[in-house]
Amino acid sequence: MPKDSGIGASSKRREDVRFLTGAGNYTDDINARGQAYVHFLRSDIAHGRIKNVDTSAAEGMPGVVRIFTGKDFEGVGGIPCGWEVTDRHGAPMQEPAHPILAQGKVRHVGDPIAAVVADSLEQARDAAEAIDLDIEELPAVLDMKAAAQDGATLVHDDLKNNICYDWHLGEADNDKVDEVFANAAHVTTLDLVNNRLVANPMEPRVAVAEYNRGTEEYTLYTTSQNPHVIRLLMCAFVLGLPEHKVRVVAPDVGGGFGTKIFHYAEEAFCTFAAKACNRPIKWTASRSEAFMSDAQGRDHVSTIELALDADNNFVGLRTNTYANLGAYLSTFSSSVPTWLHGTLMAGNYKTPVIQVNVKAMFTNTVPVDAYRGAGRPEATFQIERVIDKAARELGVDPIALRRQNFITEFPYDTPVALTYDTGNYHGTMDKLEAAADLAGFAARRAESEAKGKLRGLGVNCYIEACGIAPSNIVGMLGARAGLYDAATVRVNATGSISVMVGAHSHGQGHETAFPQVVADMIGIDESMVEIVHGDTSKIPFGMGTYGSRSLAVCGSAMVKATEKVIEKAKRIAAHLLEASEADIELKDGQFSIAGTDKSVAWGDVTLTAYVPHNYPLEVEPGLEETAFYDPANFTFPAGAYACEVEVDPETGKVSIEKFTAADDFGNIVNPMIVDGQVHGGIGQGIGQALLENCAYDENGQLLSASYMDYAMPRADDVPFYAVDHSSQTPCTHNPLGVKGCGEAGAIGSPPAVVNAVLDALNSGGKAVDHIDMPVSPSRVWTAMNG
Amino acid sequence: MYSFEFEKPSTIADAVTALEGEEAQALGGGQTLIPTLKQRLAAPSSLVSLNGIAEMKGVCVEDDGSLAIGGATTHATVAREAAGNYPALAALAGQIGDPAVRNRGTIGGSLANNDPAACYPAGALGSGATIITNARQISADDFFEGMFTTALDEGEIITSVRFPVPQAASYQKFLQPASRFALVGVYLARFADGVRVAVTGASEDGVFRWSEAEEALNKEFRGDALMGLRINPANMIGDLHGSKEYRAHLVGVMTKRAVEACV
Repeated sequence: MPKDSGIGASSKRREDVRFLTGAGNYTDDINARGQAYVHFLRSDIAHGRIKNVDTSAAEGMPGVVRIFTGKDFEGVGGIPCGWEVTDRHGAPMQEPAHPILAQGKVRHVGDPIAAVVADSLEQARDAAEAIDLDIEELPAVLDMKAAAQDGATLVHDDLKNNICYDWHLGEADNDKVDEVFANAAHVTTLDLVNNRLVANPMEPRVAVAEYNRGTEEYTLYTTSQNPHVIRLLMCAFVLGLPEHKVRVVAPDVGGGFGTKIFHYAEEAFCTFAAKACNRPIKWTASRSEAFMSDAQGRDHVSTIELALDADNNFVGLRTNTYANLGAYLSTFSSSVPTWLHGTLMAGNYKTPVIQVNVKAMFTNTVPVDAYRGAGRPEATFQIERVIDKAARELGVDPIALRRQNFITEFPYDTPVALTYDTGNYHGTMDKLEAAADLAGFAARRAESEAKGKLRGLGVNCYIEACGIAPSNIVGMLGARAGLYDAATVRVNATGSISVMVGAHSHGQGHETAFPQVVADMIGIDESMVEIVHGDTSKIPFGMGTYGSRSLAVCGSAMVKATEKVIEKAKRIAAHLLEASEADIELKDGQFSIAGTDKSVAWGDVTLTAYVPHNYPLEVEPGLEETAFYDPANFTFPAGAYACEVEVDPETGKVSIEKFTAADDFGNIVNPMIVDGQVHGGIGQGIGQALLENCAYDENGQLLSASYMDYAMPRADDVPFYAVDHSSQTPCTHNPLGVKGCGEAGAIGSPPAVVNAVLDALNSGGKAVDHIDMPVSPSRVWTAMNG
Repeated sequence: MYSFEFEKPSTIADAVTALEGEEAQALGGGQTLIPTLKQRLAAPSSLVSLNGIAEMKGVCVEDDGSLAIGGATTHATVAREAAGNYPALAALAGQIGDPAVRNRGTIGGSLANNDPAACYPAGALGSGATIITNARQISADDFFEGMFTTALDEGEIITSVRFPVPQAASYQKFLQPASRFALVGVYLARFADGVRVAVTGASEDGVFRWSEAEEALNKEFRGDALMGLRINPANMIGDLHGSKEYRAHLVGVMTKRAVEACV
């Protein structure tokens, strides 16, 4: 029987009322009195040496307040990288400067060269056109393997080469790995590309900054997933401002998908310029700017090898991956191909020997950083594609091959640095086989064939490390920040509750799900609980939302704070009931003496806390508690996905006919929201698999720079999904037993789609081993006719 | 967007006069022009909207049975009002863009722009339509002169388009996945005196007639008649979404499907 409130209930998303009725308050809705507008003049070439930026003609144009160039930011800090990766030789990664406005060189199309502040945006654009640029074009560094060669053109002249780091994880002894592969009964090798993506949240990035000359305080409104992180990075590393003088607000945010985690030059610029110009400064990215300035995702080129013994047991796995970082290090970019990718290379399998080699490359492209899944999709895609190819080569059932190699005992220490606390991969696969009606596939294939279509079934597993992250562990791995979170539970006199949280909701439904937890713990109506998020002046120092961490980390802090509140409330209740605190029970919002009918209501206790006339002298008045929570381990959501496609053999067009997801997210607070998260993630995964392709030409021009050429998934590109979350192994180390669900769909779905397409082609007699994503009609047709 | 003057005349004569101004630009539904202006890729001194001219709007049947569509008629109107008399053309209009585009974009604007991947050029050329301007009548065969190029003179306005109604017709559009323009679109119309096959999306020269297919289908109107016919990939568009060879292949597939939809 589904619950109708509290933990486990599909409470309707309360925030949707304002989002769907146009009552949201997004950053672009914010206007400060007297604000000026900034337009960034951006590089239209990928690589060039700046000889001169002549702003003299532009300075005097109508409405111009001030024009800034890289020179204005000499002596000002650059955008920092939040994670120092140590390479295979123990040396720190190469870390080039990342100035607010380009200095010396432009390094990608979209690199900001100058910023024009004017009374109106049109005036700023007019003046930007009058800036005379003298830039010597240099050869663009694009191909990662060529960029790694000695003598390659350098993206950063002060670095020794274009390799940020050459990193290794797992088995260090190359001879041992070679021996495993040499002795294997079968080796499957696959070269593949994890295509570059543009995140494309519906709301582009926006920043509005104000400076108060009287109080010397700054306020920055910005489209961020983590306002405290932005404040810390901007104050400590870029502008050198005291944090207590800076307030960062991320109001309603229209989607992030990772690309709004990072600290960007534009928001630091607006904050800097608000004081320099003594005017509020506003910047709203156009969609074109988003394409060339939002950190992009994925872009790995890999060779993956799987070794099997004569009984089809996995005995070795090795990847050699080139990871594109773009022109500069974005905030967490260095961690994505390493600790978020290499550590997941065990997948769901007990492969004993794993070696991960990653070369992270600088190129003349937009910086690459975390995008929904961040490293874990890249790992999953390699593992699940190579397993599928191995099954085909060996002539064995791909599900049976996976099952045979599943990890079945927990906790499990992988060869790549993680300890999986719990899981049930067979159980989840059982759920998938039933929910996807895999037994009926042969009949569905026959129906498709009768229509002249090829039908394919693709199945894969995934695992992810979420609930990011234990600070002590990530600190050892190079993180320059802690990754705990925090919550303050403020009980008001009449019993309603405001919960100030470090997590940020930009589509995840926190405003609904978080109150469900608190209300459930106390036994009051959910409507009595509200969360407050997105404003550093209101919330405790939490680290924001990414890596499927909000409920697992911030939610745990909220539970701890609520427990403290309940504990104190029990002491007050004991006083009112003239009983021993140990005898007080809280149920359905009533404190009672165990075994009696004497009770006092939640609201009476909370009122007493603030009107402490009849009150225990040893207890402080008020009812407000804060807790910080640092997780003991990552969480490990895992699942199995099945995709069925039809391929039109005449055109190569792929149509997804059926998609089934079986996920183990541990305990679930709001099943409807979890379904929605999985639906959205699968939609993005299907987008990557079939449609999305961020492509540069040989000069570093972005070919897919608008929706005319960058194909986003639309409603008619995706099927109705079947999702099953009944396989549940609760997380063993957080109080809610939750694992996180935000990224699963995007991680688990691309290999299912590609596996299905290849199954369809092979069933039709076309021996095709692999097609790189996006598996577009053109690529499918070419593969079939190549 | 740069600043410009805006005029919205209510007669064709006033529009023609307004367009005589230096760097004046006609504005239909604005589905190409407005994004171009927003990108600052064009800087007309004035925009002359054709949307206030009542005589340029609507769909009507002429005495000879042909369909006359006003130049300022939106795709949505054509999709709705041509459905009875010329369903294939109505279906083409109903596949352009999305509802917002169809309720703004106009047939005259689309034909005058002659985007190499637009749908209407295929419909007009495939139907053997006549483009009627404020000054003259131009047959579709003479109108389209290559990518984004037409026979229109400076300041000349498409006031209406006259479509002879074929015995059968079909538009087969294979979507470019991002823009949902035609990666390849084939408009096939079968008249008493022969078959016309017009192809959009595929050629670097814009919309064209596939005369070999027309000849083959005039001999024998069935899909198999196209067997062995191949479009030369050399002049096809090759880009991110499909190679020249792929587009050439799709022309054959879409033409065959159009034939099959007509029999």
